[in-house]
Amino acid sequence: MRTLTEDQVELGSALPELSIDLTPTVVVSTALATMDFTPVHHDVERARAQGSKDIFLNILTTMGLVERYVTDWAGPAAIIRRINVKLGVPAYAGDRLSFTGTIVSRAAGELTVEVRGKVSLGDHATGTITLTLPTAP
Amino acid sequence: MTDAPAPSTPDPASVDRELRELADKQAALGEMRGAPAADPVNAPMIRHWQDALGDANPAYLDQGVAPPAMIQVWTMQGLRQHAAKDRSPVDDTLAALNAHGYTGVVATNCEQTYHRYVRLGERLTPSTRFTSLVGPKRTALGEGYFATWNVTWYGEADEPVAEMMFRILKFRPRTSQGPSSAAPPSETAGSEAAKPQETGRREPYPLRPAVNADTAFFWEGVQQGELRIQRCADCGELRHPPGPVCPACRSTNRTHTVASGHGTVYSYVVHHHPPVPGRETPFVVAVVELPEGVRIVGNIVDCPTDAVSIGMSLRVTYRALDDELVLPMWAPGES
Repeated sequence: MRTLTEDQVELGSALPELSIDLTPTVVVSTALATMDFTPVHHDVERARAQGSKDIFLNILTTMGLVERYVTDWAGPAAIIRRINVKLGVPAYAGDRLSFTGTIVSRAAGELTVEVRGKVSLGDHATGTITLTLPTAP
Repeated sequence: MTDAPAPSTPDPASVDRELRELADKQAALGEMRGAPAADPVNAPMIRHWQDALGDANPAYLDQGVAPPAMIQVWTMQGLRQHAAKDRSPVDDTLAALNAHGYTGVVATNCEQTYHRYVRLGERLTPSTRFTSLVGPKRTALGEGYFATWNVTWYGEADEPVAEMMFRILKFRPRTSQGPSSAAPPSETAGSEAAKPQETGRREPYPLRPAVNADTAFFWEGVQQGELRIQRCADCGELRHPPGPVCPACRSTNRTHTVASGHGTVYSYVVHHHPPVPGRETPFVVAVVELPEGVRIVGNIVDCPTDAVSIGMSLRVTYRALDDELVLPMWAPGES
């Protein structure tokens, strides 16, 4: 598996986009894999009864997907230090979640990537993820 | 014809005061340990999580570590949530908000810092502290309060492995309140657009700490619930109060460390007179000795003045004196 080294990344460059089809299976399996059994993440009727359009992604999964988006690009040798996410509109089953990212800072060996996860209603998650990459061999 | 008495609606300022008092009390509890994780960090749960999220990164299981963003998963209560629920300093504040009609909830921020990756076989313990309640604010969803708490996960050697700041908006759904002027949907806790209402603002505390280039890091730490101690960036010597030059090696390069928050009474006085603006006498001013090796001056709270003694164990707690100023203070704690 490809892994990036420090010298291979440039400030301002964009990460390849990642788009995830939010099937009910994705919403439910990720909720359960994160040990989150809140009904709004697996029970459509309960979700609608409380005013939601459908079941929606839980926050632990959003954090995980932000991490995955960056490590998919950076490769297995990247070390994630920090993930700061501002949560926006819900990511409902049936929608698509598309991630874009840009390298916004590079200081003291740490790289910061600004990430935006959009769904049809707008921004689901925006934030930054800070990581370190190995130095060139 | 007689006028029927108007239905008694609670005065918003008194609701606000009650919520703030409760939030201060909850924040004063400091960090409260939860139950250890039901299971140690383990490969099946990691594999399941990676499959569900479509995360093909081989590094985790190859190296026997968990994906960092799984940190919260290890201490989720799962379906056991109705059994012996952990006491958390967050619950009472949220219950009071519900009781006052702020029944809506939406998470606004989740920030995680990973000090290191956790390894297979480790059993983590979470610790939660209630950090702040800010409001009431007008938001796109309705009037509400932003509640923030912090969770620290500890490894088996009692060292913090990861931290999280979590913020939610508890709002009064529109229908029960009538129309209100909507703020832009982008609003979050830190936004300038969120103008606090005039009611319920607390009187500013009359005394302010002197914040300057040497001490700013300390007060920024307090705002984040960290007790920061200045450290020489060259020889590593800790010093408090902060200053520009290391007394050990005379270097002007400085950094800081975050103290554990434990301490013992080195010395103290009970202040009876003269009166101090904004304070009720008597109160205790102590020199607190930290296990890190420095001493710090602070008030001892949550303890009768005659129960304070030299050598007693203390735990740091953060007290909001008004809407902006938070001071680190000390409460009795186990050693």
